[in-house]
Amino acid sequence: MSSVKDWAAPNPITENRSGLIGKSVDRYEGRLKVTGTAPYAYEVEPPAPPAYGQMVTATIARGRITHIETQAAEQSPGVLAVWTHLNVPPQARRGERLNPRSQRPANPALASDRVEFYGQTVAFILADTLENARAAAEKVEITYAAETAVVDFLASLDQGELPPGEEDVHIGDFPKAFAASQVTVDETYFSPIQNHVQMEPCATTAWWDGDKVTVHTSIQMVKGGQHALAETLAIPSDRVHLITRYIGGGFGGKGQAYDDLTLAALAARAVGRPVKVAYTRQQMFHGTIHRPAVQMRVRLGANADGRLNAFALEAITHCARHATFTEHAANFSRNLYAAPNRLTGHRLVRMDIPHAGAMRAPGEAPGMLSLECAMDELAEKLGLDPIELRLRNEPDVDPETGKPFSVRQLEQCLHEGSQRFGWSRRNPKPGQVRDGRWLVGMGMAAAIRGNFLLPAKAGLRITADGVLTLTQGMTDIGTGTYTILAQITAETLGVPLEQVRVELGDSDMPPAPGSGGQFGAATAGSAAYETGMVMRRTLADLATGDPRSPLYGADPTLVSFANGNIALDNQTETLAALVARSQPEGVYVEGSISPAADARDYSQHTYGAHFAEVGVDVVTGEVRMRKMFGVFAAGRILNGKTARSQVTGGMIWGVGTALTEANTIDPRFGSFANQDLGTYLVPVHADIVDLDAIFLDEADDKANPMGIKGVGELGICGAGAAVANAIYNACGVRLRDYPMTPDKVLEGLMAKGL
Amino acid sequence: MKPFTYERASDVASAIQAVSQTPGARYLAGGTNLLDLMKLEIETPTHLVDVSRLPLATIEASAEGGVRLGAMTRNSQVAAHPDIRARYPALVQAIVSGGSGQLRNKATTAGNLMQRTRCSFFYDTAKPCNKRQPGSGCSALGSLSRANAIFGASEACVATHPSDMAVALVALDAQIETLRPDGTSRSLAVADLHRLPGTSPETESELAADELITSVNLPPPAPGGQLYRKVRARASYVGGLASVAVAGGRLVLGAVALKPWRAETAEAALASGASRTEAAMAELAQAQDPDQNAGKIALVRRLLGAVLDETNTGRGA
Ligand SMILES: Cc1cc2nc3c(=O)[nH]c(=O)nc-3n(C[C@H](O)[C@H](O)[C@H](O)COP(=O)(O)OP(=O)(O)OC[C@H]3O[C@@H](n4cnc5c(N)ncnc54)[C@H](O)[C@@H]3O)c2cc1C
Ligand code: SF4
Repeated sequence: MSSVKDWAAPNPITENRSGLIGKSVDRYEGRLKVTGTAPYAYEVEPPAPPAYGQMVTATIARGRITHIETQAAEQSPGVLAVWTHLNVPPQARRGERLNPRSQRPANPALASDRVEFYGQTVAFILADTLENARAAAEKVEITYAAETAVVDFLASLDQGELPPGEEDVHIGDFPKAFAASQVTVDETYFSPIQNHVQMEPCATTAWWDGDKVTVHTSIQMVKGGQHALAETLAIPSDRVHLITRYIGGGFGGKGQAYDDLTLAALAARAVGRPVKVAYTRQQMFHGTIHRPAVQMRVRLGANADGRLNAFALEAITHCARHATFTEHAANFSRNLYAAPNRLTGHRLVRMDIPHAGAMRAPGEAPGMLSLECAMDELAEKLGLDPIELRLRNEPDVDPETGKPFSVRQLEQCLHEGSQRFGWSRRNPKPGQVRDGRWLVGMGMAAAIRGNFLLPAKAGLRITADGVLTLTQGMTDIGTGTYTILAQITAETLGVPLEQVRVELGDSDMPPAPGSGGQFGAATAGSAAYETGMVMRRTLADLATGDPRSPLYGADPTLVSFANGNIALDNQTETLAALVARSQPEGVYVEGSISPAADARDYSQHTYGAHFAEVGVDVVTGEVRMRKMFGVFAAGRILNGKTARSQVTGGMIWGVGTALTEANTIDPRFGSFANQDLGTYLVPVHADIVDLDAIFLDEADDKANPMGIKGVGELGICGAGAAVANAIYNACGVRLRDYPMTPDKVLEGLMAKGL
Repeated sequence: MKPFTYERASDVASAIQAVSQTPGARYLAGGTNLLDLMKLEIETPTHLVDVSRLPLATIEASAEGGVRLGAMTRNSQVAAHPDIRARYPALVQAIVSGGSGQLRNKATTAGNLMQRTRCSFFYDTAKPCNKRQPGSGCSALGSLSRANAIFGASEACVATHPSDMAVALVALDAQIETLRPDGTSRSLAVADLHRLPGTSPETESELAADELITSVNLPPPAPGGQLYRKVRARASYVGGLASVAVAGGRLVLGAVALKPWRAETAEAALASGASRTEAAMAELAQAQDPDQNAGKIALVRRLLGAVLDETNTGRGA
């Protein structure tokens, strides 16, 4: 196993001779995307005319199907099949694993007469057209025996249990220290259910060749999807060819396979022709995962000088009764501020609602909404600037583990952001600044998000024309993965970007874990870099061992790669010439990355600081953004443009989190109140004015050979809290219940006599 | 979606004949509301008569000194028209506060008036809704929805009308003109077009199913300030939590009832010398609050007061 020390030596990426690393290169597939010619899974042209599936979903939260009347649907025009739990083709049992090494177990559709949540798939129609399938779906009549369901989270908080295998973390003596603290905050914050609402719903196009199935599907993890389908169909995974080339947003919601994949594969086999299945927008809300709600109690005890003496964050969250998931809203706080006496932990309530799961920055995203407001509240009580309060609690080493930080530039983020945003303009007293009907205020929050490196492989081919093609079972969910992999490969091999192709999203390619947890670029990118290095060595050997090469006989470790050439001193030839002559059929190599054994000896995170300015309409309680600025420190940046898009996208999500974005369960039905984008409100262009972000110079040589870190989730962490703090500064209304919709703000304004 | 047939009308008379003679036929204008509802099988017409290309898309000066908007004028076309911008700013503000640029390019004046409620239970076909399925019950009652009506609601239905434009049109005292299968036309105030739910929320307007709106006529604007203000959770592309139109002393509230709600009590209070605050209080004293929606009542009261101040309508506090 490697050590982080191996990564300290200079390499082509850290030397960045041609300047491609960090350059704001346009998106590799940008033209295809904006011209609508990047086919999404549902749009892939299958080898024969397809049939179309439509799912029918449950309208109760818990119970049993007593009868399904399918006759009218079966007789509906164009219908090829109507499946229920009674006649669906055989599948493996849920959770079963034929191959113990499968990353995901079987996940059968229509498995039984049990309904475990509202919106569960209970029937499936296959027809010659989508319209006919949909029309027939409306004709299926289902009778249920409903059972009492637990669907009201706030009414079930006392049902919370420790998540499996977890304990609270106690350090020092929190209760005693809190009681002895001079200044305290003890408040409870609520972060609601959020839905991913990716632009592209989950969808699959499937067809069979003999006993092998090809599926184009929208999923973030190639291997996970391939294994899940193989296990569900009870076939070896090499008989599932999974392709996911372009993905219209994932955000964690496509980290797993859903019924579209299973049913498309089953149906294509049953009717012997390709099948397309997609979730409708409305079905996405219930049928795929959501971010669960979290209630968080934060207790801060400080000395009069602002130093934290006691710190606690206790989170209660929920998941589906039979699908364990914990939104670890307290975890981030274990690495953020110094305090000798600490308590953090989680409780999990099991409910009869759709499955909770990972959504962009799981843990941090809701978690920071609590602590970063509590810090604002504490700062006010102490009469300290909120930035100063954070600086006073900046730890020298990880506050829980005592491990050294790999790099920690939180202080620098705070200083730089304060300067650039103009934090000095802020009046610390709330409700003092008025602009017409608007009360204006500013708020800030810190950001922290973990950094990870997972094992991954990649393949690289060079052909006689000199073109390098990187292949990897990785995904690009809209983040820029194609682009940064091209940059890494080009910089490593010293070729112009135009000489590099990238092919992703195919289970036949060398595997990478996929997109998630902001580990994608570091993981896939490091594998691409290592593979590039293998290619360099291979080409160096090829040239120095070929009597026809000008480099013949040279020491292969001394050759260099630049401008599309391989060279030693003034002996040089192009890569194209070398390959065309010495190995005209091309050269293919594979490489891999794995985490360093000693990487966990360091506390390794990405950091940032958010600054927000809002206006609050004093009559109506409407909140509008006026300005937002973020400063981030996340290792070496691979592409200024795509990285900025990631963090500003996260900040925009924070705006939605603070102001509009939420779902609730209607306790009468167990269903979500919002089931489309007309009611589930994400920010629109008009909401986002004057929003920008910068990155600090950084390289983290403990992270991976390139010194890069993840940026995909950092931007959202803390962003909503900065907006909430700005609302307070604007009008003096402290809301702890996200999102801060006009009705809540207005209630607060009225309570203050405004 | 239920299968249906489609025809593009060649002239006004044959469009009306086609709808009146085909059972289950409907007019199709921009389609931005009707087609969405058809996809969810909330609307299930058997035949669509596309009237969007009929020669009803002009904006002309009327004999009375006002403006005549053809029924098929597009929302964006009306909002961009120089005469409308100069003389009916409240209408422009109302239109541009609705939907998105793309929707306004497609949506027509008549279609906008005839759009159906955005009550989320009306859209969720798995839930009871008296408007969608008479007699099935009203799921919005008891849902604590801020979208519920506070004026003119009934036990059967507490939905609101979603049109922003219609609120301004009522404040501007606009009239619609229609044509019927027998060739007769009639004129009707926009204020009288929509029905309150009563016991039959499925019947939404005073128009017969085959009655075609041909134009909306704006009288010359009455003297006095005009303003349309919409309160909403995000800055664009969302229905209002409440809205107010003021034009020439007429006060109309939006998103509070199943029709644009003329604030007659407030108007009368102002006329008898009450202050703006008193007038707003008087109007909202009439509001019903079946779902403890007190926040909405307070919002509308404050909003109305603020808009009166801003337009300098009536006497200050
Ligand atoms: C996402 C979204 C957001 C929206 N947001 C808003 C908003 O914020 N504010 C707002 O006010 N609106 C909003 N709308 C609604 C939009 O304004 C309406 O959909 C649009 O105005 C309808 O016009 P249309 O021409 O497309 O009507 P269509 O959908 O074609 O028709 C609507 C109805 O009018 C009938 N009809 C059409 N023409 C005639 C005629 N000449 N005579 C008689 N009946 C006729 C049709 O039969 C149908 O019943 C939104 C819509 C969407 C989809
Ligand atoms: S308020 Fe009206 S539209 Fe909404 S559910 Fe009740 S009856 Fe249906």
